Amino acid sequence: MLGIYASARRIWGLMYRHISLYRASWPRLLELAYWPTLQVCIWGFTASFFAARLGSPGMVAAGGLLGGVLLWEVALRTQMGLAMGFLEEIWSRNLGHVFVSPLRPLELVAALVGMSALRLLVGLIPAVLLAWALYAFNIFSLGLVLIPFVLNLMAMGWWVSLGVISLILRHGAGAEALAWSVLFGLTPFSAVFYPVSVLPASVRPIALALPSSHVFEGMRAAMATGAVAWDHLAWATGLNIVWLLAGGVLFAQQFRAARHRGALLSIGE
Amino acid sequence: MDVIAADSLTKRYGATLAVDGISFSVPQGETVGLLGGNGAGKTTTIAMLLGLLIPTSGSVHMLGHDMAKDRFAALARMNFSSPYVSLPHRLTVEQNLRVYCHLYNVPHATRRIGELADELDLHGLLKRMAGELSAGQKTRVALAKSLINKPDVLLLDEPTASLDPDTGDLVRTWLERYRAASGCTILLASHNMPEVERLCSTVLMMKQGRIVDRGTPADLLARYGRENLEEVFLDIARNRGAVAEAL
Repeated sequence: MLGIYASARRIWGLMYRHISLYRASWPRLLELAYWPTLQVCIWGFTASFFAARLGSPGMVAAGGLLGGVLLWEVALRTQMGLAMGFLEEIWSRNLGHVFVSPLRPLELVAALVGMSALRLLVGLIPAVLLAWALYAFNIFSLGLVLIPFVLNLMAMGWWVSLGVISLILRHGAGAEALAWSVLFGLTPFSAVFYPVSVLPASVRPIALALPSSHVFEGMRAAMATGAVAWDHLAWATGLNIVWLLAGGVLFAQQFRAARHRGALLSIGE
Repeated sequence: MDVIAADSLTKRYGATLAVDGISFSVPQGETVGLLGGNGAGKTTTIAMLLGLLIPTSGSVHMLGHDMAKDRFAALARMNFSSPYVSLPHRLTVEQNLRVYCHLYNVPHATRRIGELADELDLHGLLKRMAGELSAGQKTRVALAKSLINKPDVLLLDEPTASLDPDTGDLVRTWLERYRAASGCTILLASHNMPEVERLCSTVLMMKQGRIVDRGTPADLLARYGRENLEEVFLDIARNRGAVAEAL
């Protein structure tokens, strides 16, 4: 019991460090909401334009576009939030202090996951409200199935981030640009705005190996028919479990390799 | 009981041998100095004692715990300070200390921060951003961080580097008082010979990854026939006197 309390306190300690950073800086808070809000504005007006021109089919497409934008931001913000939390420690040259404390690597990841969830909430709530106010698009109309969709996209953000952090541990701060760009590279294969069937046959296996493509296929099915596509949900969850395990193993390996190379003290240099 | 025990500790980076099979132990309550020129292996040794770096071979036991298997049990009772590792600049001093109260599971964080602020004269700094502090103030804050958990073992890498003589003396006086009051074991890596002479009961002289001599400051002065440790250091660095025979 004491061990669980101490572990929870260490996780909270690292979260408190990041929360303190945001409390002291409104530009940082603004930055969290800036891109999701901007994305909703751009795609919302685009969707409104198509809806006005095409009538009912356009309305369905518009809903799919806005739903895609909002849900894809869940994965993007989660992934960036986790990776940025780790980079903050590198930029402040604090990793040496953190890793000579009793904080376990798993607790570090748990704290970063917690912070990524908080950053997601702060960043996405204004975008969700804007979509509702400007375009009468209510993402919550998807119903309870929204919860597993969001959780699956968050999980995808986590394992992609574990991969990015592993690369930073291996290659140093030179790999930090991946923290912003890597998930954007998966957008074409994630079927965010179009079904997987649109993709050339040669790249469909890539799409089907990503949990995100199953989430978005499931989202479009839910919007079109109101039914839950359990098969897509099961695929997304199963793939996330596999990818999370792979990400965890990679992180553990690279963390140990960094301890062999002495990179935990010099990684920011 | 030996609080720090390093046995045949070796670290190799490719063709470079950074630490070459060193063995030493430090009994409880002693302050031991690790002396050597740049690249002698001091920081690498400290990193291995802290578990930040995995040795190529050999073993480290801290407070009876094997650092290869059970490092977290030891880390909770240890702490570390170095001018080369910072605290987050955009957090206040108080926030920084509170973070480490959580990480080390320190009970009554507010009270502990107050005690350290009293002892190290930090009250005027608590609400200031860590990045706004002068070098001397940062050193005092880093020292407060390293004492937050009332450690049984304190590893200090050049604790008074870049400090003016007055602040350096304050830090040294404080370390002497803290060790006397708490019975803490201190391992100190430094280039400052008067500091080592003043604080350390035993000195380990390192060169090219090896411990080339060891003893009390008085022993070393007698062995090399010198007046101060700086001259002993130069003898060792330039392969003169006793070390030349040993090598």
